[in-house]
Amino acid sequence: MNLPIWMPYALCGAGLIGLGLYGLLARPQLLRRILAFNVMGAGIFLLFGALARRGEIAYADPVPQAMIITGIVVAVSATALALALIVAHAGAGGGEGLPSDTPGGGKRDERGDDDARDDAGHDRRIPGRDRRRNEREGAAR
Amino acid sequence: MSPALLALVLTLPLLGALGAVAVGRHGGPVAVAAALATLAAALWLAVRVATDGAVSIAVGHWTPPLGIRLTADGPAVLFLATTAVIMTAVVLYAVHWITGPKAGADRDGPMVHTFWALLLLLWGALNVIFVSRDLFNLYVGLELASLAAVALVGIEGRRETLAAALRYLLFALTGSLLYLLGAALLYSAHGTLDLGLLAGQLGRHPSDLLALAAMTAGLAAKTALFPFHVWLPPAHAGAPPAASAVLSALVPKASLYILLRLWFDAEPDGAGPVGPLLLGGLGAAAVLHGSLMALRQQRLKLIIAYSTVAQLGYLFLVFPLVAAAGALDPAGGDAAWRGTLFQALSHALAKAAMFLCAGLIIEAAGHDRLERLAGTARALPITLFAFGLAAISLMGLPPSGGFVAKLLLIEAAFERGAAAWALVVLLGGLLAAAYLFRPLAAAWRSPDGDAPGFAPVARRRQALPMALALAALGLGLFSAGPAELMGGLP
Repeated sequence: MNLPIWMPYALCGAGLIGLGLYGLLARPQLLRRILAFNVMGAGIFLLFGALARRGEIAYADPVPQAMIITGIVVAVSATALALALIVAHAGAGGGEGLPSDTPGGGKRDERGDDDARDDAGHDRRIPGRDRRRNEREGAAR
Repeated sequence: MSPALLALVLTLPLLGALGAVAVGRHGGPVAVAAALATLAAALWLAVRVATDGAVSIAVGHWTPPLGIRLTADGPAVLFLATTAVIMTAVVLYAVHWITGPKAGADRDGPMVHTFWALLLLLWGALNVIFVSRDLFNLYVGLELASLAAVALVGIEGRRETLAAALRYLLFALTGSLLYLLGAALLYSAHGTLDLGLLAGQLGRHPSDLLALAAMTAGLAAKTALFPFHVWLPPAHAGAPPAASAVLSALVPKASLYILLRLWFDAEPDGAGPVGPLLLGGLGAAAVLHGSLMALRQQRLKLIIAYSTVAQLGYLFLVFPLVAAAGALDPAGGDAAWRGTLFQALSHALAKAAMFLCAGLIIEAAGHDRLERLAGTARALPITLFAFGLAAISLMGLPPSGGFVAKLLLIEAAFERGAAAWALVVLLGGLLAAAYLFRPLAAAWRSPDGDAPGFAPVARRRQALPMALALAALGLGLFSAGPAELMGGLP
């Protein structure tokens, strides 16, 4: 059986969307979630571009390409804002994840960020000890 | 003439944002000028649409499916006008707040440089959303609004507000991507993204159900529908009060507006009875959960923020109420449709008034903790009166806009023989009365002997939330005009 030319790209895009969505929802670290956002975005653009090639016509529909370019611009700006916020959050003493407390409802330890529970516990922080260094290591890993 | 007005409504806020960036820390007068000009254009446009019917522009004379058509119909101009009224009040409030003697910000800090540009950019994005009928154009507007709103949440740069902004951003980005995925699937199935051309086509293609589900989930996350609401209270309570007013009153309405357009303009068939029922059930859960959480809060801004979660819940009751009308009786959903729009508009006005009241109380008292608010009513009588009027609209007492909204929703529920939804509306009203009574009671208590004093707040600033609260009341008193503009279910 001969696969149409667009099919592998579309399947690849669908796979990236799934991976990205999983990372966005399941991962506590902010930087990973931003990466996951970009993976999912890339998947959607790939899928959209591949589907534009579907049908009887010999050339690709240019409208999705115009939309993909706009979408990439939007995604880059969103990523820039997210990274700036993450840097500012870390600079203000925040962890690599978000604090898990909701205001007013059962406040937990402010410093007990999600990250302390991640990666099978081998990354447990010593509270108050050089958080910024931990931050950099966490980001590099 | 009218197309020019529509173009002005879209471009004036953006020009104002550019101007505010250009003049740096003296952006206040530029923002006031842009706000007043846009307000005038939006109100004039609303009058023109009310007398002559909808106004439409095909951008660059390219018509759909290749071009983008912008249409200001009845519901669109109602949202444009309400947005303009709220934004103008917020701009006038914030001018003094940024430059005043007890300014909330460092006078040369980043806040003074960016606040006006972000606020006007947000306004421009909201206006684009209200008049677009193209799903990709709506995506760009939605992203522009989200990014400006997230930046406004984190503008003070404290760790809690930055965390709230990041949480909001992650929800908003996930929502946008799901929406974009749906738009991509719809385009590849139908070759157009124009809602008018999609009408009657949705549901014909096997991928349509997936597209509709992804878009609905994404937009629901952006509208803070229960259980995707966790980002809302910290973000809205942590932002500066002027920004909170806009974020709570207007930004969730934009994604809801797209959701309404998608479901009722494009009329997907084959969505089945489960989808609307699920949305309505989550809306009902939001009404109850948000109200109960609001009852438990000790800070005024958190009470108001959780109240937003509850009030947004009512807006999702339209899906089961209209779906129950079904194909048998297409005119039967009109009451639900109008009730939902009345709820969206009156909540916007009342909630903006409340957040501005909270901002004035914080300026006067230095905090918003309920147990130390005794004597506020004596120090800020006009502010507390405005808060009370806004509360009347949120509880749904006559003659407010909130009353008209709830009356129409209850009427629609009984007409459809679905009294359970009416019960949710009534219960939500009672709970709203309970959670709004607490701050009012705290403010009217007489202070103990050694209570700290209050800083004075100018009367003309106290008049701003008052004007918004009166507008929410007026929406009920003069509901005939707006109801006519809303029309029936599209």
